[in-house]
Amino acid sequence: MSALRLLVGTRKGAFILTSDGKRAEWKVSGPHFAGWEIYHLKGSPVNPNRIYASQSSGWFGQQVQRSDDGGETWEAVGKDFLYDGVPGTHQWYDGTQHPWEFKRIWHFEPSLTEAETVYAGAEDAALFRSTDGGTTWHELSGLRDAKGKLWQPGAGGMCLHTIVLDPTNAQRMFVAISAAGAFRTDDGGTTWSPINQGLKSQFELPDPTAEVGHCVHRIAMHSSRPGVLFMQKHWDVMRSDNAGDSWNEVSGNLPSDFGFPIDVHAHEPETIYVVPIKSDSEHFPPDGKLRVYRSRSGGNEWEALTKGLPQSDCYVNVLRDAMAVDSLDKCGVYFGTTGGQVYGSADAGDTWNAIVRDLPAVLSVEAQTLP
Amino acid sequence: MIRVVLPVHLRTLAKVDDEVKLEVAQPVTQRTVLDALEATYPVLRGTVRDQTTQRRRPLVRFFCCGEDFSHELPDAALPDAIATGSEPFFIIGAMAGG
Repeated sequence: MSALRLLVGTRKGAFILTSDGKRAEWKVSGPHFAGWEIYHLKGSPVNPNRIYASQSSGWFGQQVQRSDDGGETWEAVGKDFLYDGVPGTHQWYDGTQHPWEFKRIWHFEPSLTEAETVYAGAEDAALFRSTDGGTTWHELSGLRDAKGKLWQPGAGGMCLHTIVLDPTNAQRMFVAISAAGAFRTDDGGTTWSPINQGLKSQFELPDPTAEVGHCVHRIAMHSSRPGVLFMQKHWDVMRSDNAGDSWNEVSGNLPSDFGFPIDVHAHEPETIYVVPIKSDSEHFPPDGKLRVYRSRSGGNEWEALTKGLPQSDCYVNVLRDAMAVDSLDKCGVYFGTTGGQVYGSADAGDTWNAIVRDLPAVLSVEAQTLP
Repeated sequence: MIRVVLPVHLRTLAKVDDEVKLEVAQPVTQRTVLDALEATYPVLRGTVRDQTTQRRRPLVRFFCCGEDFSHELPDAALPDAIATGSEPFFIIGAMAGG
C-alpha cells in the first residue's frame, strides 16, 4: 500500500506527518530545527528520500538542510547564495534604486529528472541552481535582466516564491515573484521573459500594459498539460492556456478573489483549488468561515468545500506555499494555516479533517506520495 | 581553553549540548575567538558574523563578564577572565520581539 508524507514548514521548526494510503491515522515527527523558521521543505521526485529544507532566522541567517533518509537525519549543506557579478539595484519603496541583498530562501524545487539538481527561490528575488545536491549554488542571473531594475518589494518582501518546471520540456520553467510578476524561460534559465499580459492591478499598477510589477501570489500547473497555468494573484484568480503568454480572469463566483495558494487536482487537470481570503488588509477568510473553493471547470464556476472545516469565528490565513495535493486515488488535498492547523482531505476536498491543530504558524506544506 | 556559550539555535545547529571549548591563538579577541569557533564548527560560518564583511550580524550580541562587548572593536583584547577560560564568552541573540 502507498504511504503519504507531508513536509510542513512553520515559524518555529519543521514537522513531518506520515500516514498509510488510507490517510486516516497520522504520525507527527518534529519539531526539526526547533526555533528556526522553516520556509519550505521539498523532496526530490527522483529520490523521494532526498529532502531539502530552508532554515532561516532573523538573528542567525540562512541555512540549507538536506536529508537522504526521508527526514530522519539532516546535514547542513551549502548556504552561499551570491548574486552573480555586481548585484545591481532594484526599485525601492521611495522610488530610488536599492542594492540587491540576500535575505532568505523561500522555496526549493528539485529537478524532475536529475537527482542532484535543485532550484532555490530567494529574497531579494533571484533564482539559484545547484547541480551537486545543494553543496554549491549559482545564480541564473538572466532572470534579473527581465526588467529587474523596475521590480519593487511588496509588503512581504521581494521574494521569488514559486518555481514550476515543465515536465515535457527541460528548457522551460516558470517563476513568480512578489511584487514583480511571473516569468518564463525557454532556454533552461539563461534568458527570461515577463509573462504578465492580461493581469490587472487597477490601483497599484494603473498601466494595463505594464510588463512587470504585478503581485503574483502563486502559479500551478497540471503535469499533463504544461501549457495551462493557473494563478492566484494579489487580487484575481487567473488562467493561461498558452504557457503564460496571456491570462484571463476566472474568479467567477468566488466570495473574494484575494488569496494566496492555488493547486490542481492530481488526476483532473481542470479541477483547481483556492482558499479565498477577505482582502489584502484583512488576511482571514470571509465571514469567519474557512472554505476551500473547488472549480471542476478550470475556473469561473466554484463550489465551497466546508465539511470538517470551521464555519464560524475562524480568522486564520493560508499562505502561498501551504497547500499541496497527493497523487493517490482519490486525490488528497492538504493545507496549513497561520493558526497551526494542517487540514487534509482524502476525497479531493469533499470532506476535511484536522491532522494536527496546534503547530506554530504554518508556512508551507508539501505532499509526497510514497510507494 | 576559551569557553564559548552559544544561543540555543546555534547549539542545535552545531549539534552541541553545552558550552564549547576552543583553542584560540593569542591575542584573544572577538576575531580570534570567532575564527576558532568557525574553524571548529564550519556550520556556524555566517551565523554570528556576515561571511563577506566579517561584521557582527545586527541581532547578535557578545557579553563578557556581565558586560556588553558587542560594540568593541573585533581586534581589541578580551578580558583576562575570558583569555584564561575562567569566564565564558557569551554569544546571544538580541531581544527583538516576536
